[in-house]
Amino acid sequence: MKAKNQRLILALLALAAVIGAGLLAVSGLKQEAAFFYAPGDVAENGLPLGKAVRLGGMVADKSIRHDPDGVTIHFVVEDGKAKVPVTFKGIAPDLFKEKSGVVAEGEFHPDGTFVANNLLAKHDERYMPPELAGKMHKTDTLKP
Amino acid sequence: MRKVFLWLPLAVFGLLLGVMGHGILNPEQTTIPSKLVGTKVPAFNLPAAVPSHPGLTNADLATGKPVLLNFFASWCLPCIAEAPVLEELKREGVVIHAIAIRDKPEDVARFLAEHGDPYARIGSDVSSRVQISFGSSGVPESFVIDGKGVIRHQHIGDIQPQDMPKILKALKDAQ
Amino acid sequence: MIAEIGLGLLWLAAGLAVVQAFLGMAGLRQPDRPDLGGAVRPVAVAQAVLVVAAFCCLIYLFIVSDMSVKLVAANSHSDKPMLYKVSGAWGNHEGSMLLWVTVLAMAGAGIAVAERRVRRDTLIATLMAQGLLALGFYAFLLLSSNPFERLNRAPQDGQGLNPLLQDPGLAFHPPTLYFGYVGMSVAFSFAVGALVTRDVGPAFARAMRPWVLGAWIMLTLGITAGSYWAYYELGWGGWWFWDPVENASLMPWLAATALLHSVTVLATRDSLRAWTVMLSVVAFSMSMVGTFLVRSGVLTSVHAFAVDPQRGSFLLALMLLYIGGALALFGLRIGTVREGALFEPVSREAALVLNNLFLTVILGVVLIGTLYPIVAQGFGQQVSIGPPYFNPAAGSVALLLVIAMVAGPLMRWRSDGMKAVLRRMAAPVILGVVALVGIKVLAPDIGTLPWLGLAVAILAAAGSIAPLWKRNLARTPLFTWGMVIAHLGVAVALAGMAVDSAFYKERLVAVDEGDTTDVGPFSVRLVSVEPIIGPNWTALEGRVEARRGDGAPFLLTPQARNYSAPPTDTSEAAISTRLDGQLYVVLGKQGQDGRWQLRLWWKPLVTFIWLGGAMIAIGGALSLVGRLWRERRSPRGGASA
Repeated sequence: MKAKNQRLILALLALAAVIGAGLLAVSGLKQEAAFFYAPGDVAENGLPLGKAVRLGGMVADKSIRHDPDGVTIHFVVEDGKAKVPVTFKGIAPDLFKEKSGVVAEGEFHPDGTFVANNLLAKHDERYMPPELAGKMHKTDTLKP
Repeated sequence: MRKVFLWLPLAVFGLLLGVMGHGILNPEQTTIPSKLVGTKVPAFNLPAAVPSHPGLTNADLATGKPVLLNFFASWCLPCIAEAPVLEELKREGVVIHAIAIRDKPEDVARFLAEHGDPYARIGSDVSSRVQISFGSSGVPESFVIDGKGVIRHQHIGDIQPQDMPKILKALKDAQ
Repeated sequence: MIAEIGLGLLWLAAGLAVVQAFLGMAGLRQPDRPDLGGAVRPVAVAQAVLVVAAFCCLIYLFIVSDMSVKLVAANSHSDKPMLYKVSGAWGNHEGSMLLWVTVLAMAGAGIAVAERRVRRDTLIATLMAQGLLALGFYAFLLLSSNPFERLNRAPQDGQGLNPLLQDPGLAFHPPTLYFGYVGMSVAFSFAVGALVTRDVGPAFARAMRPWVLGAWIMLTLGITAGSYWAYYELGWGGWWFWDPVENASLMPWLAATALLHSVTVLATRDSLRAWTVMLSVVAFSMSMVGTFLVRSGVLTSVHAFAVDPQRGSFLLALMLLYIGGALALFGLRIGTVREGALFEPVSREAALVLNNLFLTVILGVVLIGTLYPIVAQGFGQQVSIGPPYFNPAAGSVALLLVIAMVAGPLMRWRSDGMKAVLRRMAAPVILGVVALVGIKVLAPDIGTLPWLGLAVAILAAAGSIAPLWKRNLARTPLFTWGMVIAHLGVAVALAGMAVDSAFYKERLVAVDEGDTTDVGPFSVRLVSVEPIIGPNWTALEGRVEARRGDGAPFLLTPQARNYSAPPTDTSEAAISTRLDGQLYVVLGKQGQDGRWQLRLWWKPLVTFIWLGGAMIAIGGALSLVGRLWRERRSPRGGASA
């Protein structure tokens, strides 16, 4: 093989690898990026089905119910515009309480329930999750 | 063609640097300015956080004289850092009301005993509901409120000594 | 007083770095003045001595808990155990940056004293690049993150170290990674030096290789330890979360792995000249990107660090200067570097090129996924990228990579026959195919990625030891053993990941004291929950008795801890290691009905993941020792197989 050709082929291979990585990443990102929703967004734009998302809002007053198994809880997340029922099986973080903020990671089911596999409330002791604060401000309808 | 190849890595790196620079210039919003600046404070009625101080309602923020409203919590480290500055402001004649976030009476009392007590009234916001209605996302945060109960200025994070002139000016402008 | 001495030493060291860079430049400009270039070496050594002394000052301040120093007050507490007082010195931004320059300067001194293989002018150019590099970090330390800053008024006591970081493993985890990052910076200096003198050849590669290998060993250990730390400390039962901070350590490792293999090609066969130089720049830039991601706070992470955007800007400026400069130099110079030796499409070089391409693709995928949230935010969207993206995208390419890893050592340098290669690969491939079918028959519900992963792991295990087949084991060189063990380690780790992902059992239950429940092959009984008190925390401790079938019962004690300074809740998982896996127990909350939540995992072969990581590092270490030994005996650096 000629010297020039080999260098060119190797350079092209490297370029192909970088482009391949880019394409692979972009196609993966399109499917898998977990977007952040507030109940109001869901009410407006419909359920984002079939992908992992994050749902943020306030845990509605008197909405937490425990199943008899002791590990499954049901509660309602609201943002002043809409409400979403959530089911979570697991150990809820300490700061998870009624009338306080929560971010749930999970998936929507076609019946409109959100099945969470993770609750972030403990995330930071000092601040509520900024996305949540942002959403709260946007809805602008929270009145005590 | 060959030349282009050689400079390609630099271009890719430039792109990378651009993304990271963008990240630095537009940091993930950890503080969000309240949309309520310039509007009347939301209505609320909070019980006293400690027996030694009366509770707080929105009426207490519209008494004809500008006040500083401070959101704090005994479990919050920057609040400790801020405490001496608030004392200083009190010495300057500023009326400071407070709302304690997700706190217990005994913890608040201990906090006041250890770090000083510049407050006139302290309301207890156990669920941080009032905090959210103010458009505040964390503690400490402070609001300058004029005599009619309109929010004039918001300070996110602890008030440091160098922030004092800014706060005093906002209070003066609110008169 | 000690703090002022430390600061003074640091300024002096920074001054020497300037001298080192200038002497280097002057030495290169005036080759007829050997005294100029010759003076670079002692200056590099002196700089190292000064900065080591400064670092010792900082450790001393932490040991005596001098609360008038801001850094000590912010990160230490007088009741802390001694180990954490010492590790507190580097468990924060300023201290870790000081550690960085300390190691950088020590590496520079090491090169100045011991390096005899490269051309003299290349060595001077390398030390010059090192001086410039160190200068940037001194500027960073002295201008924006002074570790010796005093407080006006000393507080009563310090704020304490984040309790999650109060862990023996973590006392040594960050320095391990930093050693790795710094090693990459040495490789970077060599690459710049070689570009300056246009001396990109086998001698340069052999001089650079031990540093790359050493850095790579450290990164491997750091990632392995970090993964285990996250596994037992976070209490989520997972061993890799694709968190930005984890990716920050993975990306330099991927680049270093590629570099390690291409530098071997350059050292042995004098091929891949430009590519190796390119990779050493990439590997170092990934270390910088990693540090940037960890320290700037542009991405939120489960790992708590004090972050500061201003420092991020400084790091970005350093990157612009060094990486941008090196890439510009690359563009200018590499065209004038002579082409290396050629090779055939079927040859060990080609397999290593393939390995490099796959690693590059994985690196790209991880980098894009890690930075994507920043880009998305620019378009006003809040996104988080997690395992659903990374696992399939990086995992599928990783499997191809492992297959290329098996093929490489079974091929001859320069040119080989396809048939011969296939013959040598036959046994592992057959084994892999049998495994592929067998696993599906035995466990029809297995997920695609774990299924392929396990089959490839079996193929790779067999293929990794194949190079020893029919060889005189006593006469096999140490570095070949190193390679075999490291490759076998990859197979072992992969097997652990695949088996754990495919066959783990998880139970989440609420139980009264005295109740029994099952997880996997174990029956588990919550005996009692009691409050206990530690040195700077209180906790609820569950006493959990587990037994397998009729075997002897053993006790696990998961805790829900509450630290006082700063106030934080953590859960300490209890982990019992068996020969074939780990039982992992987390104590949750008490419900209103008085029952306790218990989270239980049976994680089969999960230990293989870290065992594999350790094997990779040990293989690397054997290889390093083997190479250095061989080169010591034949300083002219003969060919190595």
